Amino acid sequence: MNLLILIMTAIGLICSGVPGLFYHRRSATGQHVAMAINVVASAVGMAAVLFHDIPRVAAEGWHPVCSLPIGKLALSLDDMSAWFLLPIFFISALGSVYGLGYWPQRKHPVDGRKLRLFWGLMSGAMVLVVLAANSVWFLIAWEIMALSGYFLLTTEDGRPEVRQSGWVYFIATHLATLCLIVFFVMLRIYSGSFHLWPRALVGLPVGVLTALFLLGLIGFGFKAGLVPLHVWLPAGHANAPSHVSALFSGVMLNMGIYGIMRLVVMTGNPPLWWGVVLISVGMLSAFSAITWAMAQRDFKRLLAYSSIENIGIITTGLGLAVLGLSVDQPIWVALGLGGALLHTLNHSLFKPLLFMGAGGMIHSAKTRDMESLGGLAARMPAVFCVMLLGSAAIAALPPLNGFVSEMLIYLGFFQTLHGSAAATWAAWVVPALALVGAVALMTFVKLTATCFVGQPRSAAAAGAHDPAATMLWPMILLAAACVLVGAFPVLLVGLLDHAIAAWVPSHRSIPLVSIINFWWLTALALPLMICAAGIAWWIHRCRRSVPETIIGTWDCGYAAPSGRMQYTGSSLMQTMAVIFRRILWRHEQPPEVHGIFPRPADYACNTPDPLLDRVAEPVLKKVGQILESARILQSGSAQLYMVYILLILLILLMTR
Amino acid sequence: MTTFIGISLQAVLLTLLPPLLLGIINKTKAGFVGRRGPPVLQVYYDLLRLVKKNVVISSTTTWVFLAAPLVSVASVVLAGLMVPLGPTAAPIHFKGDLIMFAYLLALGRFFTTLAALDTGSSFEGMGAARELTFACFSEPALFLALLVLVKLSGALSLSAMLLPASHVRIGSTASAALVLIAVSLFVVLLAETSRIPVDDPNTHLELTMIHEVMVLDNSGPLLGAQIYASSVKLLILAAFLLHVVLPLKPALVGRDWGLMLVGLVAVAGIIGAVESLMARLQMRFVPTLLVAACLFSGFGFLLIL
Repeated sequence: MNLLILIMTAIGLICSGVPGLFYHRRSATGQHVAMAINVVASAVGMAAVLFHDIPRVAAEGWHPVCSLPIGKLALSLDDMSAWFLLPIFFISALGSVYGLGYWPQRKHPVDGRKLRLFWGLMSGAMVLVVLAANSVWFLIAWEIMALSGYFLLTTEDGRPEVRQSGWVYFIATHLATLCLIVFFVMLRIYSGSFHLWPRALVGLPVGVLTALFLLGLIGFGFKAGLVPLHVWLPAGHANAPSHVSALFSGVMLNMGIYGIMRLVVMTGNPPLWWGVVLISVGMLSAFSAITWAMAQRDFKRLLAYSSIENIGIITTGLGLAVLGLSVDQPIWVALGLGGALLHTLNHSLFKPLLFMGAGGMIHSAKTRDMESLGGLAARMPAVFCVMLLGSAAIAALPPLNGFVSEMLIYLGFFQTLHGSAAATWAAWVVPALALVGAVALMTFVKLTATCFVGQPRSAAAAGAHDPAATMLWPMILLAAACVLVGAFPVLLVGLLDHAIAAWVPSHRSIPLVSIINFWWLTALALPLMICAAGIAWWIHRCRRSVPETIIGTWDCGYAAPSGRMQYTGSSLMQTMAVIFRRILWRHEQPPEVHGIFPRPADYACNTPDPLLDRVAEPVLKKVGQILESARILQSGSAQLYMVYILLILLILLMTR
Repeated sequence: MTTFIGISLQAVLLTLLPPLLLGIINKTKAGFVGRRGPPVLQVYYDLLRLVKKNVVISSTTTWVFLAAPLVSVASVVLAGLMVPLGPTAAPIHFKGDLIMFAYLLALGRFFTTLAALDTGSSFEGMGAARELTFACFSEPALFLALLVLVKLSGALSLSAMLLPASHVRIGSTASAALVLIAVSLFVVLLAETSRIPVDDPNTHLELTMIHEVMVLDNSGPLLGAQIYASSVKLLILAAFLLHVVLPLKPALVGRDWGLMLVGLVAVAGIIGAVESLMARLQMRFVPTLLVAACLFSGFGFLLIL
């Protein structure tokens, strides 16, 4: 029953942008209709997931009468899918409300309707991806999602940098789909059916299993943005409208994680080295991405890199769960997978929050360069509060939600010290996670400090103001969700335990509640929140009675300090940039100083994506040059192309 | 009953003892240069005087500047409630509190550095940058030390892992590992509490400081809160270190409380001696020192694997 409701909501989401197409390009009615459909469909969908008893473990299937040559339209719902459905509905609805203020049809008559059409299409397609129980339908939904993603990223296709980043995304998503097509074809050959997701493939040769794992990991890894497959992500997220970045970062990356999670349990008992690969890739992504994030000046690129970091942490947790399955340590599985799933959800809360806040800044100050901002806290107090909260949550500070999931992953890795001797090396992940956490804290202090506190560094920043209520309320709701999950994790642990039980093939999972007493987190969150309230009251009283003297900042006697002289984000991470210069691999042009009376000199430094800039682009250019000779086949005449098709069909028939 | 006394004793010690440690450090330093020095209780007098004073705040700052000192105190006291100060378990102990402990300290750092940048002064920005950078190297050292303790005790709570740490037989491999992490924890303590050779709490040159420069614009009760928070941090990290090195026996509660108190005074004395005998390192060498601390705990962990 609830599967049927979910299918209806998916259809509702897909169609939500269609009525708007029939309205005039300057009419605001279309966007309100789209928003209303989206919010209602999402609310119904969330209710169906939360308040309906999902069949535990056993999947609920739905096979309608219509059956196509490629297989039945089979959809199914289990607790794992349910977990991934929640953020899709939540972020899609909040984003469409946010869009009313951020991308109003009145101001964007050309691309507003397009954006909302593909917004609905992509949200609905993601629901179908998570529900698909047949690989052909999975691929169809996957491609609808990927292609509508392309049109969303290139909303402002008039700008060259948008087209450029859209093009990189297009190539990346096609490479991903290519790998997935091969993956699903192999799966069909060796499992004998299109049915998803197989959970007990036995008797396959090791080579085939390895190929399946690697193909799936690459295909889904492109979408999740694992290093080194992340090259499309930073520029894509930075150049898209902010609520689109929120949907991408908060929800679409999860689809890659979803695929990897389903993939690793297809044999029932994954080999140990799969876990090793996942942990290595995860830590590589987390560490390199947070280092790159630290060095960014464009705050949306910074957030995009931080998404890669979080995906890395999620993958590391998943890797621990895979290790746990292969050496039969259910406690590792519970903590690793529990941490990974909870972190997926948490990332879907705080990252859209941060992207929406970034949108508010762009909306108001018209720049993405954080070093021309500053002092926004006094001008956009509401956005400052939610951004501060989002930054603290993503830096995993208690009592917010990021802390809960990172704690589970930490504890999981501490557990590897006991139990099985096969994986004692895994404990070395703990100091690496600590390093990543410390750099993440630095990155987010840099983000909030450079944008919000101090004095404005430009006139645009000085004239900034809080955005409209339609943009603020989605952020406030997300911030409240971050606090709620952080202070009352018990609310979600039940759902989480069901999702873990649905994932573990042998049905021998340990519930998280029996490992950790989550009430302690609540017990500690409450005094912290009482302290916060007390501090707020004290500040309020101070401000009212004004016992303090207000003067300028101590400037060491310098007569005319200006906003431009403040410590910038770049100076804040200067030492780290020197220490990690081999990872950052930045372009630097030091000033040339000659003679006793040197002329004025310039210093320039920028941090493009090292892999895209130094590896992917040169290699692809070379490949392009080699393939130039194949152009001879492409004459432009339709008749010749028909001949090719005829020949290929003949060859295929002959080799049958 | 013993537990109740232990818990109340810890709460009292945690709130009242910290400024004394600063007093002992100052007394030791004065002794090394042949002065009589300020009274041991001077820091208490200073705090009392600061609380009574008026607040001067910068026109650039926002509410974060007012909130930060209070958040520091709240987070560090809450973290301190998880560390056993004596031979009995800490007032708060649960599975996973070691992560909570580390991240509560990070919460304090988040707000202190943000408040430093809030003033818009480059000096305070410099201090914040150094604090954040050095934390990137001291956190892994701390977590490696935690790994050793978790491996030795099999527990995931600070109370449960620190108390048996002191029962390790002298001369075993485990005791060698404990010596290595003790060195590492001592360096982390010096870095986290902004002591020589990482930072000089007494200098008057803003360019060369870390913690003191971050709180340069704080005054009155706000400054008092910052000083108090950093002294509590000193106390809890010193207690952490002492549990690793002191041979406590659970049967002799009274003796162990005495031993811990003497140990705390001794740690303060050693810090004072280090401050008197060493020069502050150049800033660019501080990460090297902290990486050395990571290596000490890393090798300690290798020993017991």
